Amino acid sequence: MSEAAAARFDSPESPPLLALSGIVVEFPGVKALRGVDLDVRAGSVHGLMGENGAGKSTLLKVMSGVNIPRSGTIRVDGQELSFRGAADALEAGIAIIYQELHLVPGLSAAENLMLGQLPSRMGLIDRKALRARAEAVLRDLGEDIDPSTPVGRLSIGQRQMVEIGKALLREARIIAFDEPTSSLSAREVENLKRIVRRLRDEGRAIVYVTHRMAELFELCDAVTVFRDGARVAHHPTMETVTQDRLVTEMVGRAIEDIYGWSPRPVGEVVAAIDGLTGPGLRAPVSFNVRAGEIVGFFGLVGAGRTELMRLLCGTERATGGSVTLRGKALRMGSPRRAIEAGIAMCPEDRKREGIFPIASVNDNINISVRRRYARAGLVDFAREKQNAIRAIRDLDVRTASGETQIRTLSGGNQQKAILGRWLSEKIELFVLDEPTRGIDVGARAQIYKILYDLAEKGIGVIVVSSDLPEVSSICDRVLVMADGRLTADVPRDEITPERLLGHALPQ
Amino acid sequence: MQASLSEAPAAPRTGSTARTVRRLVQQSGIVIVFLIMLVVLAALVPDFTSSGNITGLLLSVTLTGTIAASMMMVLALGEVDLSIGSIVAFSGVVGSVAANALGAPLGILCGVLAGGAIGLFNGLVVAGFGINSLIATLATMEAVRGLAYISSGGDAVAILAPSFFGLSGASFLGMTTPVWVMFASFVVLGFVLNRTVFGRDVLAIGGNVEAARLAGIPVTRIRVAVFVLQGLLAGLAGVLLTSRMGLGDPKTSIGLELAVISACVLGGVSLSGGIATISGVVVGVLIMGCVQDAMGLLNVPAFYQYLVRGGILLLAVMFDRWKTGRKASVLR
Repeated sequence: MSEAAAARFDSPESPPLLALSGIVVEFPGVKALRGVDLDVRAGSVHGLMGENGAGKSTLLKVMSGVNIPRSGTIRVDGQELSFRGAADALEAGIAIIYQELHLVPGLSAAENLMLGQLPSRMGLIDRKALRARAEAVLRDLGEDIDPSTPVGRLSIGQRQMVEIGKALLREARIIAFDEPTSSLSAREVENLKRIVRRLRDEGRAIVYVTHRMAELFELCDAVTVFRDGARVAHHPTMETVTQDRLVTEMVGRAIEDIYGWSPRPVGEVVAAIDGLTGPGLRAPVSFNVRAGEIVGFFGLVGAGRTELMRLLCGTERATGGSVTLRGKALRMGSPRRAIEAGIAMCPEDRKREGIFPIASVNDNINISVRRRYARAGLVDFAREKQNAIRAIRDLDVRTASGETQIRTLSGGNQQKAILGRWLSEKIELFVLDEPTRGIDVGARAQIYKILYDLAEKGIGVIVVSSDLPEVSSICDRVLVMADGRLTADVPRDEITPERLLGHALPQ
Repeated sequence: MQASLSEAPAAPRTGSTARTVRRLVQQSGIVIVFLIMLVVLAALVPDFTSSGNITGLLLSVTLTGTIAASMMMVLALGEVDLSIGSIVAFSGVVGSVAANALGAPLGILCGVLAGGAIGLFNGLVVAGFGINSLIATLATMEAVRGLAYISSGGDAVAILAPSFFGLSGASFLGMTTPVWVMFASFVVLGFVLNRTVFGRDVLAIGGNVEAARLAGIPVTRIRVAVFVLQGLLAGLAGVLLTSRMGLGDPKTSIGLELAVISACVLGGVSLSGGIATISGVVVGVLIMGCVQDAMGLLNVPAFYQYLVRGGILLLAVMFDRWKTGRKASVLR
């Protein structure tokens, strides 16, 4: 890009490439957006912040033609457009990289890249052109992916690159990212940032939705904050913006420290893991967790943390080693025996392993106590209801009623409901895998509070997390894994982000 | 599962030959099973390889085979069509009634188009109104069977035009029209699935409908088109059957939909959509045909034949599960 062109993009008087004004979106019973404005300039990265349910995702769907606004205008390059479907938005040069990637697992990377516009001659696929263009765009993104690989075999980071490649192939001038780094490893995050900067320098307008403050300050040139479907603040430059100010704007009140950690008495060893080996581990793993202790597990994606937890909870069969709970050896390899012995698990992939989406909030809370409460095989509805009411109240689960389907709740509230399952259980060790992924600031603070309460009761807590600030702030001790091995055991007062990351990088 | 998802690609490249072998087994697994079965049958069943038996065997699978090709498209789309048995009966009746009134060529055309019309109706209900295809086609299965009885007056309609008879009797290189039509439907639909934008879009919709919609693929139109295709092919198969039988029978082909879907599943077509190969479908059809034929030659009592067919379907699906291992759940 020439310097003249760069100057043009930067000049403040140039009209915004994308201008939304007065956008109103209503769903039955809910006003999702109440007259929202957003201006995004070419050659800039525009951050969108807000708690879950604030309206960011709805706004992205308006930009992509999926949600049709009741009123308001969409202008691209000064020209007013009305979208009737996804195809219109693509035509206008707008592409959205959703948090949940929209790829077809069974088709090849090349076919996914050109989904909806496969190169063809008279209806027949032009395979040479398909491969050539896919190779060109993947090379352009710096990805070493064979275009004929089915997307189902690619890593999350690679899939995201395919999704970005789709936008590039359509010559999108406006690209919106919806929490793009939430499931990427540290290395993939760096790569993504590089790509975002490059897209910006090419004169595209980037919309960047994120919960992560560090990313926002590193990447964005402007930021808009949403709350309850309305724009509550707009900062055209980042110069005057501070983290505290953004948090205040997002939640409508000041949260001094969302982590709120304070020292806690730590008791005797609850769980002793000795020489555990199994799939995903390259060396035997040994460690202890004490009563009332919160132990963090940090590492890059693929370091073996999730695999270790699966062995511990019996969902995967260990090939060697032992787990001792309160002095009693655990017979491993069965989730049921692990639960009976007092190990509770809150899985990483909430949608797939955690919730029963179409069941009610009450059922989701009671699923683990049902057997214990039941008498002669009959469900004790009265007792279950009390249990659910208590959990919903104690954990501040925001739901219309206990009978609401859980999938309609925000991620944070789903997570709180799942945690509610274990409150009335007698557990010794609680394992949480990425408990706050994709969850907004307000709900995160509540989830941390729940963890502290559980630890206070003398339960040993394991938190697997890829969020460096989180793992360094809420844990009493952090174990670091890299490449299927335990590489460090860092006590609270020695934790620094640099140190944790240093141990997490494969040697 | 999440973890294994992100780690699968991290597997070192050194295992690429092993992976190729595995992929070969994965792709051609059922073909190998079929070849082994063929050898065993040829060795153990008397007369199995005689040219008369082979011709008869091929003819016996034409109805299932022709429709299995388009059912593959429907399943690849992530949908299902239970109405084909009724469509076969209905279009056969329409064909014979129309042929008796208007002559053979127009009669054949009417029969095929009647099938297409039902397919269009199915497509509009499923794609236009968003009704689950299992329910929608269950309804048309009943309704169209009724139409077949109504249009025939309750009894089979005999064909009067001799050229209609001649249609299925005509042979080329020792094989008759229905067999050639089946071959053609395999070749054409296999080509459509693999080499055309239409076919890849069908797989994309079956694999992830949301992704397809957001990519600007005309989801509704493609869904309707696939159901129309299925209707037309079932109509053609119905007309050919009528020509072979010499009458349009409203009671024919009850339960055909299950045989066709079984053949597709045998061939590794995913019932949840997005995965289909024509080679698998061809083999699936032939396995069903060969087993049926061999049981006939061995005089297996009819009641036991049901048992064997069910067992084979179950074994095939379990084999499929075994050979794909955990990959199956990753791809879903």
